[in-house]
Amino acid sequence: MKTQKNYSEEHLLFLKKRKRHAVLVWALRIGILALLLGFWELSTALGWADAFLVSSPSRIAKTIASLYNEGTLFYHIGTTLWETLAGFAIAVVLGYGIALALWWSETVRSVLEPYIVVLNALPKIALGPLIIIWFGTGSKAILFMTVIVGLIVAIMHMLSAFIATDKNKLLLLKSMGASKLQILLKLVVPSSLASFISMLKVNVGMAWIGSIMGEYIVSRAGLGYLIVYGGQVFKLDLLMTATVILALLAAVMYFLIALLEKFLVKNRED
Amino acid sequence: MKKEILRFSDVTYVYHTVRDETVAISHLSFSVDEGEFVAIIGPSGCGKSTLLSLAAGLLTPSSGSVTSRGSFGYMLQKDHLFPWRTIEKNIFLPLEIKKNTSSEGRERAIGLAQKYGLGEFLKSYPAQLSGGMRQRAALIRTLATDPDVLLLDEPFSALDYQTRLCVTEDVANIIRSEKKTALLITHDISEAISLADRILVLSPRPARVSHAHELGFGETNPLKRRERADFSTWFEVLWKELNA
Repeated sequence: MKTQKNYSEEHLLFLKKRKRHAVLVWALRIGILALLLGFWELSTALGWADAFLVSSPSRIAKTIASLYNEGTLFYHIGTTLWETLAGFAIAVVLGYGIALALWWSETVRSVLEPYIVVLNALPKIALGPLIIIWFGTGSKAILFMTVIVGLIVAIMHMLSAFIATDKNKLLLLKSMGASKLQILLKLVVPSSLASFISMLKVNVGMAWIGSIMGEYIVSRAGLGYLIVYGGQVFKLDLLMTATVILALLAAVMYFLIALLEKFLVKNRED
Repeated sequence: MKKEILRFSDVTYVYHTVRDETVAISHLSFSVDEGEFVAIIGPSGCGKSTLLSLAAGLLTPSSGSVTSRGSFGYMLQKDHLFPWRTIEKNIFLPLEIKKNTSSEGRERAIGLAQKYGLGEFLKSYPAQLSGGMRQRAALIRTLATDPDVLLLDEPFSALDYQTRLCVTEDVANIIRSEKKTALLITHDISEAISLADRILVLSPRPARVSHAHELGFGETNPLKRRERADFSTWFEVLWKELNA
């Protein structure tokens, strides 16, 4: 714990300025949001824009309320959230494991390299029809889509981090007589922590892409389903509502990972 | 009678790459006695680091043999302390690798750290220490497993001049008081003179020992050596031999 110091007048002024700046930034962020929402609402109320085509904040609020009253709001949110989180977790764990295996054996790595490159370049949505045939039209298909979208990214991200381990630190451990497993656990894994966090951040986005894309192709529930359905029957209120909820959820998930980063990376400066 | 602790006999080492093969070391022979501080100087790129890796057994010679009695501790150009470990945990690293979980080993390591002024930093992280302190911690880490021979691979070259003089002084004191054998490789002539009992000069690649000198400074400290008249005499001799 830091003890309270007696700062100079100048330093207090400096701190005050910093604080004022932070307050200003937040005020502007919220201001912009309020301005956008206000303009959106006003332009539809005054008839500048057709509310049927662009919806409006009040219509979105009403749609949320009616979904809630029907009892389907949390059903849709829950469906997509579950697909996204499960797909995210599986892609991250599996990707990390495969990257470790590839790091372990240079032969396996060189053998599999072209396959990984091709799988990375392949647009996963091309597999859509195949996935429906293999996994049916339920959540399983969407989960599979979410996993393959994130998996290759996780593998490539972690593998390049493992391979980038400092050569001299490797030499140091070898000179101490370390086994490959010890090198892995004491050096490779901890030194790639920062890359692990950035991989998580990238993969949050990937998981949302995977689950929504999956729901576009095949689904009977979820936010992606609401978006597609809303578009098909021209209920743009529904489409906008699902999009807004999606944006909020994605922001919350990113924020949680940023918190995890703060927790894991404290005290670690190079 | 002095005991020999490390011997290179007619060692040749060849590097292989897809494009070419390079003879890094050719028919190199020398030996190091117990308790001796030997410095090896040579032009850059002459295979000095290869030589230490051979000594530590990390590389196997293409021909000839390296024989040693005892264990090695390696010290590199940078401290390579792990930033996610406290100084204490860094110092314990070689013990963990050797699966030495005895409290005796740990106490010895802690004792060394306290003896050489790192006691109050044990719970700190490397980023909180100065360059000199970090290098000192790296030396304590090397000493934690009580190795018989220290292999020093230009351990001061990453430090600024002022710090380097202090750390050199430090390291010399610690090595002498712990009665360790040391093999230092460097391209810095004055560093070699200020530390070593004996200096071997390597030829350009492929490396052989071109000259060998017994300095005869005895127990004189590095900074004191730099003040002496024979310091510059040695410097001139070695300078000429290196640039011959």
